Amino acid sequence: MAGGRAKNNVLPGFTPALGYTIFYLSLIVLIPLSALFFKTATLTWDDFVAAVTAPRVLASYRVTFGASLAAAVINGFFGVLVAWVLVRYRFPGKKLIDALVDLPFALPTAVAGITLASIYSQNGWLGRYLEPRGIKVAFTPLGIAVAMVFIGLPFVVRTVQPVLEELDQEIEEAASCLGANRWQTFRRVLLPTMLPAILTGFALSFARAVGEYGSIIFIAGNMPMVSEITPLLIITKLEQYDYAGATAIATVMLVVSFFMLLCINLLQKWSRRFAE
Amino acid sequence: MVGKGLHKKERKGATVTEPAWVRWLLISVALAFLALFLVLPLAAVFAQALEKGWEAYLAALKEPDTISAIRLTLITAAVCVPLNLFFGIVAAWAIAKFSFPGKSFLITLIDLPFSVSPVVSGLIYVLIFGLQGWLGPWLQEHDIKIIFAVPGIILATIFVTFPFIARELIPLMESQGREEEEAALTLGANGLQTFLRVTFPNIKWGILYGVILCNARAMGEFGAVSVVSGHVRGSTNTIPLQVEILYNEYSYAAAFAVASLLALLALVTLAVKTVSEWKMQQTISAAETER
Repeated sequence: MAGGRAKNNVLPGFTPALGYTIFYLSLIVLIPLSALFFKTATLTWDDFVAAVTAPRVLASYRVTFGASLAAAVINGFFGVLVAWVLVRYRFPGKKLIDALVDLPFALPTAVAGITLASIYSQNGWLGRYLEPRGIKVAFTPLGIAVAMVFIGLPFVVRTVQPVLEELDQEIEEAASCLGANRWQTFRRVLLPTMLPAILTGFALSFARAVGEYGSIIFIAGNMPMVSEITPLLIITKLEQYDYAGATAIATVMLVVSFFMLLCINLLQKWSRRFAE
Repeated sequence: MVGKGLHKKERKGATVTEPAWVRWLLISVALAFLALFLVLPLAAVFAQALEKGWEAYLAALKEPDTISAIRLTLITAAVCVPLNLFFGIVAAWAIAKFSFPGKSFLITLIDLPFSVSPVVSGLIYVLIFGLQGWLGPWLQEHDIKIIFAVPGIILATIFVTFPFIARELIPLMESQGREEEEAALTLGANGLQTFLRVTFPNIKWGILYGVILCNARAMGEFGAVSVVSGHVRGSTNTIPLQVEILYNEYSYAAAFAVASLLALLALVTLAVKTVSEWKMQQTISAAETER
């Protein structure tokens, strides 16, 4: 193998580089992650099922996945709109806004959390107008969704934007010459082309929201059965020294993340094929 | 670059754009959404930090607990970023410059920490080093503290920032191919010279981009660190944890004052990121014109 590689690749250092990569990856990521499965394996099946299907745990799945789905849908819609506006139109301050879209990646989650909580609380900048009208955001599931929209926003914009930039405008001209109006061109020509990227961004935003902790706990209110997210429940169990319970729930979360990762990889493969 | 711009201008006013009122409607809705979800929170951090005036702001930052939190955050980043930088460069060299079976699987594994919940990232280290964990009894016998101490914070932070630099460098180095390195080696340079004189200039902006994002996450990580830290004031609190404590004690102005440091860090990160993206684009298009 080494001989064959040396023939068409003269660059040095392959074996040590790959060796170190695998060593560091195992040490930092793979071995610690496997600890979770080994710990779970020490539970009996019945204990495991009981731990992950307790009513309070089920309620936390509903809150987490429901709010994540709502946030991903909102981000899917507005993400495409923002990407479209940033790629297709010119307006003052566009460069600045383009850079600002990544703010949720750069702003630490705890800062986002306390800020959103204060804006939407009773006396906050927005809360004081919303609460008299009966819209309670802070300390309700709605607040959880708001925090998830914030942290998931860049994903859709940043996956759709390059696709829109690469798009050849000739197909739009062709559609127009064939008698399609602008809306028909968008729906029948542009939207199908963007779809794999939109779905990838949607899935990324959903996956991030499901695991999110820092930006949510301050605004959520954290009432068991109502506004308690699954990651918080893991921490609660840990604080009660219920390591088995925490591990079991974490395993469910991890399996969901692996499944999402698989979906995202398949979606990305699909969009690459679409691009060609 | 210039050619692309002309291309677009030429087409303006053809059948591929929307009526002006639709354009402005879409721009307004998009900007209103961004103002509501991005600009408003950012402004709120600074407004609330300065609510009680500059003196209270500075006093909040001079609190001994806050200063020790800042010190711990800086130490954490100073350990994590170089380790992940070294890994990122080595992994990108192996993955981008050579072909071998299982490459895309390896990239997926490197990405793994991105998709794990921060809370789970902290938990796995508790399961290994905690009192009930694999190494717990042994560590206690030898009086080594990892969980609820600084080493645990550093380990959890390395885990969550693990992919940042590698993820940035792999596609960049792949796009550059290996002709230039091959030429240098043919001309008699050794491996290290080739890397320093040929590869490094091509990827330096990519490295800066990865480092600044890795650093932002390392300094701002909350979930994973909160699981392993134990929240001991003045000794195992990082800046984000200090923000949480102050906020939960209802010292809102102080909490936002400390939070504003992290918000400033985020703004600097965005600025450096934008510049390095622009520089990377330049390097790539310069290489394309040369070809």
